[in-house]
Amino acid sequence: MSEISKKNLTEIVDLIKNKEIKSEEVTQSFITNINNDKKLNSFITNCSEVAIKKAKDFDKNPKLDTLLPGIPIAVKDLFCTDGVKTTAGSKMLENFIPSYESTITNNLWNEGAFLLGKLNCDEYAMGSSNETSFFGNVMNPIAENTVPGGSSGGSASALAADLTPVTIGTDTGGSIRQPASFTGTVGLKPTYGLCSRWGIVAFASSLDQAGPMTKTVSDCALMLEAMAGFDEKDSTSINKKKESYSKNLTDNIKGLKIGIPKEYRVDGMPKEIDQLWENGKKILKDSGAEIIDISLPNTKYALPTYYIVAPAEASSNLARYDGVKYGFRSSKGNNLIEMYENTRSEGFGDEVKRRILIGTYVLSSGYYDAYYIKAQKVRQLIKNDFDESFKTVDAILTPSTPSAAFKIAEKKDDPISMYLNDIFTVPVNLAGIPAISIPAGTDNNNYPLGLQLIGKPLDEQKLLNIAYAAEKKINFKQTLERWWER
Amino acid sequence: MSIDKDKIKHISKLARILVNETKIDALANDLNSIFKFIEKLNELDTDKVEPLSSILNEPLRLRSDEVTDGKIREKILANSPKKNEEFFVVPKVIE
Repeated sequence: MSEISKKNLTEIVDLIKNKEIKSEEVTQSFITNINNDKKLNSFITNCSEVAIKKAKDFDKNPKLDTLLPGIPIAVKDLFCTDGVKTTAGSKMLENFIPSYESTITNNLWNEGAFLLGKLNCDEYAMGSSNETSFFGNVMNPIAENTVPGGSSGGSASALAADLTPVTIGTDTGGSIRQPASFTGTVGLKPTYGLCSRWGIVAFASSLDQAGPMTKTVSDCALMLEAMAGFDEKDSTSINKKKESYSKNLTDNIKGLKIGIPKEYRVDGMPKEIDQLWENGKKILKDSGAEIIDISLPNTKYALPTYYIVAPAEASSNLARYDGVKYGFRSSKGNNLIEMYENTRSEGFGDEVKRRILIGTYVLSSGYYDAYYIKAQKVRQLIKNDFDESFKTVDAILTPSTPSAAFKIAEKKDDPISMYLNDIFTVPVNLAGIPAISIPAGTDNNNYPLGLQLIGKPLDEQKLLNIAYAAEKKINFKQTLERWWER
Repeated sequence: MSIDKDKIKHISKLARILVNETKIDALANDLNSIFKFIEKLNELDTDKVEPLSSILNEPLRLRSDEVTDGKIREKILANSPKKNEEFFVVPKVIE
């Protein structure tokens, strides 16, 4: 394996800017790793050929005053890419070729990066283990037959295995932070509205948010800077000035107040996670922050609320897949309605169908008030909990997940135990606020565990600073045996 | 509340998803356990709470009604599973 691919984004950008390395060498080193991979299944589409061409073009005429000069990046296959197949991990979109580019990927390309490939994910981002993808399971590089988390599982796996220097995912209920935690990487879900949703295959529009997945907090700051920004094409995009997250990154967090919510200590949580959390508190205290006990009383209602709101929005969003204008169409059915029913039955996988049916039910006549309106009321209470806490604290520290990565098929047949994976991440999406997961330790199998920091709306800089300070003191190192190349 | 066969048939009709007769029981089981989990919300008294309507702190914007793209008929039609020159083709709807 080439040494270049082990480096983090910030190091590679510096080498390119100092003309110590060419984009072509960088790109080739990741392509070599992609070609050597025999088991991870993290890529759905490999764009190596075009990437090498773009790297050569860059080297001929290098523009060095950009944030991501000559950097190849593979992205979750939920971002539409002009002329490159975009599947959302579904049979329904197996052959879909967008005629436009998502705003987020376009922002990356405008900063000098180019596409390396499209990464596997749970079907329509619905899943917590990447097992619902039509294109098969993804393995976590930490151990064979272990899930990488989900839904951005291919992204997390490819990043941890050095198949891409950084990547981007989407997070509706934890789909960036949980896989980051499972693979020993950094993942940020920004404030709702900070990163444009335009051109991202929609799951639950009031919860979906794109964000960076990286090896370090500095890389995360750099990527967020490239991604964030107002977009007229997204009606929920927030119109505010761009921030220089990477330039303003500091580990000086003296005097900041960090809240510890007592409701996040759940029954049956492994003691390693408790220790991890304690250690996180100690580290932030040593860095000069003040630790304050807080209460988020409605935390236990977050998952039930999510499993009404998200499927409801999904059932509306996924109504567009009817086999007419694009996507899969069944050959069965004698009339239009039967064609629709067969197309959607054959084109969607079981988990997606289950969620569409739940969503259809909670929105149906006679049940709308009892379920959907009830959930939106509780969602307000959950948001109020955070608003109240942020009157006294600057950020909140919790574990990212209630366990480390699990084995493939271990939880597949029990939807509830799968949903419980997102117990610490879901409240953040419901409240529309930012949160970051950083690697912070390991369990007794030596599998990575993450800590989550939750911030105020649009307070990403402070969140990144706290994560940066914690990262320095934790000094998490992961050496992987590259078994997937054998 | 429990979800039975008839209810599943009704929802699947609304969602335009054909559910295989042999899979209905397993699906009913899954949905019942999910709804049991969801109904935890009934513990909460929310009579005086307004339902959340937007997570943003600012009102939604309107953009000016202008054509900013277009003239890509061929690209759009290229993704259609069945087409005839410049039209999408669907099964016959008028007898």
